[in-house]
Amino acid sequence: MSGWTRHEGLAVGLPREGVDTDQLIPARFMSTPRAQGYGQFLLHDLRRDADGALDPSFPLNGADGSSILIAARNFGGGSSREAAVYALVDAGFRVVAAPSFGDIFAGNAVNNGLLPARISEQAALSLLAVLATPQHGHVDLAAGTLTIDTTETAFDLDDVSRQKLMNGWDDIDLTCAHAAKVADYRRRRIAIAPWVFPDERA
Amino acid sequence: MSDAPRTLLDRLWADHEIHLRDDGVSLLWVDRHLVHEGSHHAFRKIAERGLSVAEPSLTTAIVDHYAPTRARDGDGITDDIRRMIATLEENAARHGIRCFGLRDARQGIVHVTGPEQGLTLPGLLLVCGDSHTSTHGALGALAFGIGATEVAHVLATQTIWQTKPKAMRLNFEGRLGPGVGAKDMALGWIAKLGADGARGHAVEYTGEAVRGLSLEGRMTLCNLSIEGGARFGMVAPDTKTVDWIAGRAFAPQDALIDRAREIWADLRSDADAVFDRDETIDATDIAPIVTWGTSPEDALPITATIPDPARLSGSRARKVGEALDYMGLSPGHPLEGTPVDQVFIGSCTNARLDDLRAAAAVLAGRRAQVPGLVSPGSALVKRAAEQEGLDRIFREAGLEWVDAGCSMCVGMNGDLVQPGKRCASTTNRNFRGRQGPGARTHLMSPAMAAAAAITGTLTDVRPMLEGRL
Repeated sequence: MSGWTRHEGLAVGLPREGVDTDQLIPARFMSTPRAQGYGQFLLHDLRRDADGALDPSFPLNGADGSSILIAARNFGGGSSREAAVYALVDAGFRVVAAPSFGDIFAGNAVNNGLLPARISEQAALSLLAVLATPQHGHVDLAAGTLTIDTTETAFDLDDVSRQKLMNGWDDIDLTCAHAAKVADYRRRRIAIAPWVFPDERA
Repeated sequence: MSDAPRTLLDRLWADHEIHLRDDGVSLLWVDRHLVHEGSHHAFRKIAERGLSVAEPSLTTAIVDHYAPTRARDGDGITDDIRRMIATLEENAARHGIRCFGLRDARQGIVHVTGPEQGLTLPGLLLVCGDSHTSTHGALGALAFGIGATEVAHVLATQTIWQTKPKAMRLNFEGRLGPGVGAKDMALGWIAKLGADGARGHAVEYTGEAVRGLSLEGRMTLCNLSIEGGARFGMVAPDTKTVDWIAGRAFAPQDALIDRAREIWADLRSDADAVFDRDETIDATDIAPIVTWGTSPEDALPITATIPDPARLSGSRARKVGEALDYMGLSPGHPLEGTPVDQVFIGSCTNARLDDLRAAAAVLAGRRAQVPGLVSPGSALVKRAAEQEGLDRIFREAGLEWVDAGCSMCVGMNGDLVQPGKRCASTTNRNFRGRQGPGARTHLMSPAMAAAAAITGTLTDVRPMLEGRL
């Protein structure tokens, strides 16, 4: 995964609280191989009416090509399905800004190069008002700022996630550098709690 | 090592920390890894990089999300479901991972089977690509749900990078009333603090009402931690825990159990430990709770009335209005008496033997007014329930008794609630479309779901339990 520091793109608002991962991608699509692309499943049922037709009043339906999503409180709560992040990323999103995120969703997002930017409730309200129609947006990871049209907003992101997004770090490579410490720990673990290793028990 | 008072979280974290990076992220050892059909993304990731599984014997694969609950060899099973199950079984075989496949006597929902087999033990760090992994904290384990990238990392290294969460204590003072249980405690605190109320925290449940719960009840309580935003839930192990574990297939035996007991006795928070956050709830006040909306925080005692958006303002009014619209409910009406179309008793939240007994205590000698599905949490729970005759009670009441799996909680195996239908459900999420597109879910305890089956409406179970507890 490649890192990034600045992003420019079209921003769209989703003024709805508690968009959970079941909304982001309904469970019935999750057996699909990733190679087929998950963008088509993003918010699949919310953006359609009861007959399955796209609802023109749903914000994302008039915003093809957008890459910055401004949302309301408790975005991405619920299931640990990383497919929710795949759906956003495959649909072209690089940034989601909201007052709060599900913890597992936020971790999954960072692991896929998607920025979960935390903004205040007040900032979310103002931005959602500005985004009655999609607007041009700009995000600076290093500065921690999100600019929609001419409104600049600071966002919160822990330093670990910021570094990971900017450097595109791969955790498996990082861990391999600690192989000796892991092996040491394993030896101590088996001495203290042999029941942890059921197949190696005498 | 400092002598400062420590929380249970501090102890479990320190016991698993291999390396602490300068930026505060810990590399943790993983004692147990559970994988289900959803692991296909993670196995593909390690295959693409030519990596092998670091510790196959510490990983267990279990078929649950797509497990058919009826006629497992029948024609009704789609190619998609067959493929998902076969992929898990093949990935397990390829990497030498223990697998409780569809035809294994130990098959069940990961969060039921893990503890049942003694794979989950106090003091272990357990992860699974499922948000309800917090369940296992009920035994005093450090257990949390992870995403597919993290699953791939655990497969490849048997470790995980994590930032330590903040510690939160949720103290339930006093005793629960009759007919009230762990599900009501959980929905009660989530309604009070919000679906993101415990975000960033590991919750340790304490107090008389928690001590009083069975291990199954503690699992229900810990299971729902994530619905209040907490990735971790835990209860310090006590003699009940140790007694519950003894004799299970993967639990330490003989001399080792004595050594284990000594270590487990230290797994608790010091009396003077300081938590980042402390909340107290009076357990004596808790009534049976049902949800009315589309988030687990939309929960009220069965004696309450449906909220009125006209009495609220701003985004709250809008959210309540949208939820009631989806749920087809009218503001201001009593919750009790709301007609339901069907019931579902099952899921990793409420499908253990204790849960089935609680439902059967209400259903015995009574007849359901609406159809319902009862799916035990594991094949072994099913067998134990049948040995007690619980299956007969469910069948005689008119409910369908089927095989074990995630079933109608998430609908991936085809067990769906039809659009517009209202289901009284013992599951964990009342999200829009969770049980199927357009499905309307009311979360509640097994006893409350049984009561709803009998009256065909949302019902206070307490009067129906008189003379039966």
